[in-house]
Amino acid sequence: MASPESRAGSLRKRHKEKLSERIIRQALFLSAIFSIVVLIAILVTIAYQAIGFFEQVSIVEFLTETRWTPLFQPQHFGVLPLVAGTLWVSAIALFTAVPIGLGAAVFLSEYAPDRVRRVVKPILEILAGIPTVVYGYFALTFVTPLLVRFLPTVTVFNALSAGLVMGIMIVPMVSSLSEDAMIAVPDLLREGAYALGARRHEVATRVVVPTALSGIVASIILSMSRAVGETMIVSIAMGSTPRLTLNPLESMQAMTAYITQISLGEIPFGTLEYNTIFAVGITLFAIVFLVNLVAYWFTRRYSELYSGL
Amino acid sequence: MKARKTGRKTRRRLTGTILLSLFVLSTGIAIIALTVLIIDTASDGAPWLSWHLLTNFSSRDPKQAGLRSALFGSIWIAALTGAICFPLGVGSAIYLHEYAPKNRLTSFINLNIFNLSGVPSILYGLLGLGLFVDLLALGRSIIAGALTMALLVLPMMIVASREALVTVPEGRRFGAYALGASQWQVVRRVVLPEALPGILTGTVLAMSRAIGEAAPMIAISALLYVTFDPTSPLDRFTVLPIQIFNWISRPQAAFAGLAAAGIIVLLVLLLAMNAVAILLRDRYQKRVRE
Amino acid sequence: MSEPAIETKALSVWFGRNHAVRNVALEIQTNQITAIIGPSGCGKSTLLRCFNRMNDLIPNARVEGVVLLNGENIYQLDVDPTEIRRRVGMVFQKPNPFPKSVYENAAFGPRLNGINSESELDSIVRKSLEAAALWDEVKDRLNDSAIGLSGGQQQRLCIARALAVDPQVILMDEPCSALDPQATAKIEQLMTELAKDYTVVVVTHNMQQAARVSNSTAFMYLGELVEYGPTAQIFESPKNELTENYITGRFG
Repeated sequence: MASPESRAGSLRKRHKEKLSERIIRQALFLSAIFSIVVLIAILVTIAYQAIGFFEQVSIVEFLTETRWTPLFQPQHFGVLPLVAGTLWVSAIALFTAVPIGLGAAVFLSEYAPDRVRRVVKPILEILAGIPTVVYGYFALTFVTPLLVRFLPTVTVFNALSAGLVMGIMIVPMVSSLSEDAMIAVPDLLREGAYALGARRHEVATRVVVPTALSGIVASIILSMSRAVGETMIVSIAMGSTPRLTLNPLESMQAMTAYITQISLGEIPFGTLEYNTIFAVGITLFAIVFLVNLVAYWFTRRYSELYSGL
Repeated sequence: MKARKTGRKTRRRLTGTILLSLFVLSTGIAIIALTVLIIDTASDGAPWLSWHLLTNFSSRDPKQAGLRSALFGSIWIAALTGAICFPLGVGSAIYLHEYAPKNRLTSFINLNIFNLSGVPSILYGLLGLGLFVDLLALGRSIIAGALTMALLVLPMMIVASREALVTVPEGRRFGAYALGASQWQVVRRVVLPEALPGILTGTVLAMSRAIGEAAPMIAISALLYVTFDPTSPLDRFTVLPIQIFNWISRPQAAFAGLAAAGIIVLLVLLLAMNAVAILLRDRYQKRVRE
Repeated sequence: MSEPAIETKALSVWFGRNHAVRNVALEIQTNQITAIIGPSGCGKSTLLRCFNRMNDLIPNARVEGVVLLNGENIYQLDVDPTEIRRRVGMVFQKPNPFPKSVYENAAFGPRLNGINSESELDSIVRKSLEAAALWDEVKDRLNDSAIGLSGGQQQRLCIARALAVDPQVILMDEPCSALDPQATAKIEQLMTELAKDYTVVVVTHNMQQAARVSNSTAFMYLGELVEYGPTAQIFESPKNELTENYITGRFG
C-alpha cells in the first residue's frame, strides 16, 4: 500500500515529466512546420534572385517576346519559346502515358488475377524507379535513331523522342494512382452492376471508371506537373535551341533544360545572364503551382458530387 | 426481333473482347518498354565494364575514364542525405500522426507536404544554390548538395514514416497508456520500435532517390571534371548521374558506350540499395513478431 | 399449380472445403413471395445467389446440381450468365445505387441492353420508379445524385433499377436490415404489390417479417433445407423439431 508521502512524491514527478513532454512535443511540431518553411524558402530564394533579373528586363518583354537569346547579341528575353518547348514535350508525354497507364490500371484493377498482379506491379514500380538520366540516354541512342528510320525529317535532338520516352517514364504514375482510385470503388457497386446483367467490360467502363473519375483525372494532372518539371530527358534528347515552333520533330529547348545548360556553363554567378535561370525557375514554379491547384480543385469538385462513397 | 437481340449480344461480347485486348496491350507496352530499355542499355554498356571503370578518375581518353570520383560523391551524398533527412522526416511524421490535433493547421501542413512533393527537382537545386551555396556560403560543396537533396526527399521520407507509424495497431498504444506511460514514452518504447523497419526502408529508398537525381546537383554545379577523392563535406564533388550525363554529351562514340556502362553501375547500385531496404524490412518484421 | 418459376435439384455449393449449401431441393412458385429464413451462416444468402449465378463471381466457389428457370437448367454449359441476370434480378442488403443521377441509375439496365432512345428510356424509368413506389418522391429530382436520397429511398431505387430490365424473378437479400422501421414497412408493402407481377424470393433473418409478408417459407440450417411449406403452416405447426426450436427462439 503506498503511503501518503510517496503518493505525493510521485505526483510531483509526473509534473516534471510534463515539461519534458512539452519540449518534445514542440520539437516535433517544429520539424513538421519545417516543411512549410521549405516551401516558403523555395519561393523566396528563387524570387529574390529573379527580382534582380526583372530589375533589368521588363516583365512584359519576358512574357511576350518570342525570342530567347540571352547568350547572344542582340539579347532577347522572351520566355515563350522555352514554355512552348516544355508544353510540347509534356503534351506528347501525356498523350503517350494516359492511354497506356489507364489501360494498364483497368486491367490490373478489374481483370488481372492475383498471380498476374504480383508480377506486373513490381515491374511498373521498377519503371518508376529508373533514374531519368537513363531515360535520357535511351531517348537519344535508341528512340531517335528508330524515329529517323520512319520519319526522315526528324533531327538528332527533337521533342518527339523526348516526349515519348517521358511518357513511358510517367506511365507508372498514371497507372498506380488511377488503380488506387479504382480499387477504392466498393465491390458492392460492381455486384449491383453484375446483378443487372452487365459484362465485365461494362462494369469497368460504365460503373468503376466513372465512379473513380476524380481520382483518375487528378492522377493525370499530377503526371502533367511531373512532366513539366522533368529535367534530364529534355536536357539530353530534346536540344538546346529555344525555338517557338509547331513542329515536334525539330529540336527545341525546355525550361528545365535551359537551367541545366546555364548551370553547367561558364557564366559567372550573379550576372544578368546567370539570373535568367531564376526568372525561368519562377515561371516554372508558377506553372506547376497552377497545374497542382487545378488538380486539387478538380478532386474537390467531383468528390462533392459523389460524396457518400 | 430475336435476330436483333442476338446481334446486340454478340456486339456486346465483341466489345468486351476488344476492350480486354486493349487493356492487356497497354500493360504489355509498358513491360516491353522496360525490357527494351534494359536490354539496349546493357548491351551498349557491357563491353565497357571493367574494374578500372570503378577505380579510375574521369579522363579525356575513353579507355582511361572511370567513375571513381562519381562513386565517391554519390556515396557521400547518399549517406549525408540520409543522416539529415532521417530526424526531420521521422520527427514530422511522429508529430503529424501521434500528436497533431485535427485542426486547420494540421491539414495545411499535410497539404503543404503534398505540394512539396510536386515541386520539380531542379527548383530544389535553385533553392540550394541561393540558400546553401550563396547565402550560407557553403560553396558548391558536398554538404550543400546533401542539404539540398535532403529537402528534396523530405516529403517522401515523411510519407514513408507516416505509413510505417500507421501499421502499428491502436491497441498497442492503449495498452501502454493504460500502464501509465506518457505520450513520448508510448512513442519511443512502443510505436517506434515496431515502426522502425518501415521507417528504415523509407530512409533507404530516400537515399536511393538521392543517388538517382541529377537535376538538383547540376543546379548547384557539382563539377563535371573531378580528379580527386573528396575527403571532407566541404569539398567539391560529382555524382554518378552527372558523370553519365557528361559522357552522353561528348561527341565521341566511345563515350556513349561508357555512359551506358555508367548506367549499368548506377542501376546495380540502386538495385542493391532497394534489396537492402526490402531485406531490412523483412528481417526486422521477423524480430518484432518474436 | 402452375409450373414453378425456379426449381432446384440436389443443389450444393462449396467454398473451397466448406460445404455451404447441401443438397437442396426447392420449388419457388410463380407470383408468390417465398421467404428463406435461418440463423447466421446457414447458407440462405448463398442459396439465393445460386438463382442468378452471382456465385460465379466468387473465385473458389463450386456449384453442383441443377437450377431450373422455367424448366431450363441455368447452369448448363452454353448458358450466358448475363442473360440469366437480366431475367432474375437482385436487391442487396446494403443499398448500392451507382454514383449517378436517379434517372441514370434506373436507365442503367436498359442502356446495357441497347435501348438508347430518350423517349423509350423516359417511359421505362417512369414505369419502374412507379412500380417501386418511388416516382412521386423523385419525379422532380430525376437528375439529382442518387447518393443524396435517404436509405429507404435508395433501396427502392435499387428495386426500380432491377425492375427496369423487366425480370421475371426478384431476389432480395435481407433488403430491410439496413433500414429504419418506416422504410422497412414501405418495402414490405412494396413486396406484396410486386408479387402480383413478379416472383419474389426474400432472404431474411427477421422471422416476423417472413411471417408478415410471404406465402411460403423455407427454413435452412447449416446448409440444409430443413423444412419448406406454406408460411402459416411453418409458423403455426412446423413439422420439424429444429424448425420449431428456431421459430420459438430457442436458438438464433
